[in-house]
Amino acid sequence: MAKLTFRTDLCKGCGLCVDACPRQVLRLAADKINKKGHHPVEAADEAACIGCAFCATMCPDCIIQVER
Amino acid sequence: MIVFQKPKSLADVPLHYCPGCTHGIVHRLVAEVIDELGIEGRTIGIAPVGCSVMAYDYFNCDMIEAAHGRAPAVATGVKRADPEHHIVFTYQGDGDLASIGMAETVHAAARNENITVIFINNAIYGMTGGQMAPTSLPGQVTQTSPYGRDVKQCGYPVKVCEMLAELEGPEYLERVTVNSVKNVKNAKKAIKKAFQNQLDGKGFSLVEVLSSCPTNWGMTPQKALQWIDEKMIPYYPLGVYKDRSAGTEVSK
Repeated sequence: MAKLTFRTDLCKGCGLCVDACPRQVLRLAADKINKKGHHPVEAADEAACIGCAFCATMCPDCIIQVER
Repeated sequence: MIVFQKPKSLADVPLHYCPGCTHGIVHRLVAEVIDELGIEGRTIGIAPVGCSVMAYDYFNCDMIEAAHGRAPAVATGVKRADPEHHIVFTYQGDGDLASIGMAETVHAAARNENITVIFINNAIYGMTGGQMAPTSLPGQVTQTSPYGRDVKQCGYPVKVCEMLAELEGPEYLERVTVNSVKNVKNAKKAIKKAFQNQLDGKGFSLVEVLSSCPTNWGMTPQKALQWIDEKMIPYYPLGVYKDRSAGTEVSK
């Protein structure tokens, strides 16, 4: 199973990772606000993650680490 | 097993870029290439003026801040000071490379200076608030062209790769983009080749990256990536414009 680690406080909530995910694993946390004042990304369904790292490839701020 | 993590050559600091700006992706690609080629200790980057002016804070290699547009000239000096040891790259936007720094760019290419140039083309002046750039598309609405760029009054955009491909000097010219996973992977290959060319002593290598500016284009980050596909790529076609070693002079 793949494991995702986010450096949440660096997230700017642009959502490019959410769109890049082929399994709809990610979402922007509507009920959370990080230090920068954005709604950060979170894994809604980490069990569905296949570890393709498409999200991390598209993340402009390099906040996602993917393990498989 | 870790399949993706932050490259070591990218500093562990927050980037100041707007949400969804693809500068961050290109920074990471350059850092990954520096890691993979194992050249961190001998790489010197030249930062431009523009949105990426603070790139010197974001790479773990030595960096120099050049005067506006003069990065290829500074890179020339650094490279010639120790051509065997120094690996020199410049990281420039379109306002820097294609406007005020046009002369330095063209002459560095004409001299076939053995440096690597990463050129970010987002068709607008980002840092100063979205004015028309030399690369703004015909009809593009910006702060200084509120009715769209009128080519009768403002002339036509500069196509840097096409223009430099006519010179005998440069070794390698390619235009890529970073608006999808596939394109990011292609962009990384191009950037790696541009650095490898320098290691092999082949000469001037420039990679033009079509980049997005969601803030000044007035779009969401997602829409901005689509806009690259719909508007920018038809005007600035992707591809290798010159690869002398491979025998490609101009591919259209």
